Amino acid sequence: MFFNEEFETLPRPALEAVQLKRLQATLERVYANVPFYRDLIGRAGVKPGDVKQLDDLQRLPFTTKQDMRDSYPYGLFAAPMEEIVRIHASSGTTGKPTVVGYTARDIDVWAELMARSFVSAGAHKGDIIHNAYGYGLFTGGLGAHYGAERLGASVIPMSGGNTNRQIMIMQDFGSTVLTCTPSYSLFMAEAAHEEGLDFRTLKLRVGIFGAEPWSESMRTEIEEKLNLAAIDIYGLSEIMGPGVAIECIQAKKGLHIWEDHFIPEIINPETGQRLGEGEQGELVITTITKQGIPLIRYRTRDITSITYEPCICGRTHARIARMSGRSDDMLIIRGVNVFPSQIESILVGIEGVEPHYVLIIDRQDNLDTLEVQVEVDERIFSDEVKVLQALSHRIEKEIKEMLGVTCRVKLVEPKTIQRSEGKAKRVIDNRKL
Amino acid sequence: MKVEQISIFIENKSGRLAEITRILGEAGINIRALSLADTSDFGILRLIVNNVEVAKSVLKEKGFTVNKTEVVAVEVPDRPGGLSGILQTLDTERINVEYMYAFVERCGGNAVIIFRFDETEKAITALKNNNFNILEGERLYSM
Repeated sequence: MFFNEEFETLPRPALEAVQLKRLQATLERVYANVPFYRDLIGRAGVKPGDVKQLDDLQRLPFTTKQDMRDSYPYGLFAAPMEEIVRIHASSGTTGKPTVVGYTARDIDVWAELMARSFVSAGAHKGDIIHNAYGYGLFTGGLGAHYGAERLGASVIPMSGGNTNRQIMIMQDFGSTVLTCTPSYSLFMAEAAHEEGLDFRTLKLRVGIFGAEPWSESMRTEIEEKLNLAAIDIYGLSEIMGPGVAIECIQAKKGLHIWEDHFIPEIINPETGQRLGEGEQGELVITTITKQGIPLIRYRTRDITSITYEPCICGRTHARIARMSGRSDDMLIIRGVNVFPSQIESILVGIEGVEPHYVLIIDRQDNLDTLEVQVEVDERIFSDEVKVLQALSHRIEKEIKEMLGVTCRVKLVEPKTIQRSEGKAKRVIDNRKL
Repeated sequence: MKVEQISIFIENKSGRLAEITRILGEAGINIRALSLADTSDFGILRLIVNNVEVAKSVLKEKGFTVNKTEVVAVEVPDRPGGLSGILQTLDTERINVEYMYAFVERCGGNAVIIFRFDETEKAITALKNNNFNILEGERLYSM
């Protein structure tokens, strides 16, 4: 089953011809409309017209998250604001988020790619899609929502949180497809179990899980506890949002990346050199149909590998392996992207708090937990309990407000945080996926 | 009129109190009074000692976070209602007690209570005006 059979099964030479044409058009577009790219491409000694074959892409420089930050908020937009119909944002490395804008056609393409993704996961018209991805600046909720409508399924716009209500709706409305983070699916199954409900008796047939790293053993556990096919989906707001790549239900082996809209490359994150098929490295994506904010060779920082081997499902698009990590220090906590530097800048902003801190991430009852340990020095210490407790609560509140992630602050004695060669180890991730 | 108290931040983990008292003991510091405030994560140990500066510096050397605060030592008549009289006076003057604890030694026939007020000067004036006896630091450290 396909949503757009012609393009999803395009023979390789035809697919590459489409890619080249679209890449050339994208380069012309950014060169004409985005001063940042005119400089960047110009400095590399390349003109858009020099790209005559797909391999010429390697002559172009990379775009990084830092570039997006430097262009905050609209500097990388390649369409005038009158044509931008939607704005989303995700975590930046410090206080300011990374902003993306979509034209009406971008939204249309996104809806189609997400609809293709649903079909690839085994969903179809007539399904009742329970969408528990967060609605808002985060792309997850609205991205899956538009795709579900494009598919012609019935979408329930649940958003995240309020677990008991999620379970009641799923049970009463007869949801057949669930979209959320993999850890939240297990958390819901556990919560249902405590209420005396066996998740396996629900009508759910397919679960589409993403926005955080997970593993094959987690898939086995989810499929066992929820009695559904658990499918891995990949996306990032910089490139589009959910639906950049997804597994097919036939193979469940690698995520098809929609190559008629994105050109994937795998590079060595240290040298920037392109790696071959099957080699593990950092995923770099060039968008070739986006209008609002096209990105050339964007470094995703996600570590994976790529294969062009034909797939039993019939799709000709390359597959990337399940994400195995990051080439930077970004953490994904309950589906929320968090950089340690963001927490550091919040701590520095609170008067007197010396940024001797450590982040301890764990997973309890299938939910990620974040503990921020802060060393108490004389400037923040008080003989009154209420003063110290107010400090903890203030840090917790600011982290929640700025980053959207709930944490617990623990005040610790000075020098308890391990320092190695003068540099403190800032992150202890105890999660086992 | 005021008494110097040192407070020490301690994490809730075993052996911390023992460590502090050992450090003070080895430095020849005598603990005159103490109170421990605790939460699920941390505690604040407050001490009246015979030598504030030495106590503070030996603890800091060992990596503890130490603060010095001014508190008030008040003689409390050793009879039913003795403490109540003091608290009523404070209440009338709308002075808040942040915390309080008892001193180990007696002063004459009376008990001694250490108070931490939100407005220390105002509290001292109010107590004196109502004829309560406030103890000097020097006398207390050597009691």
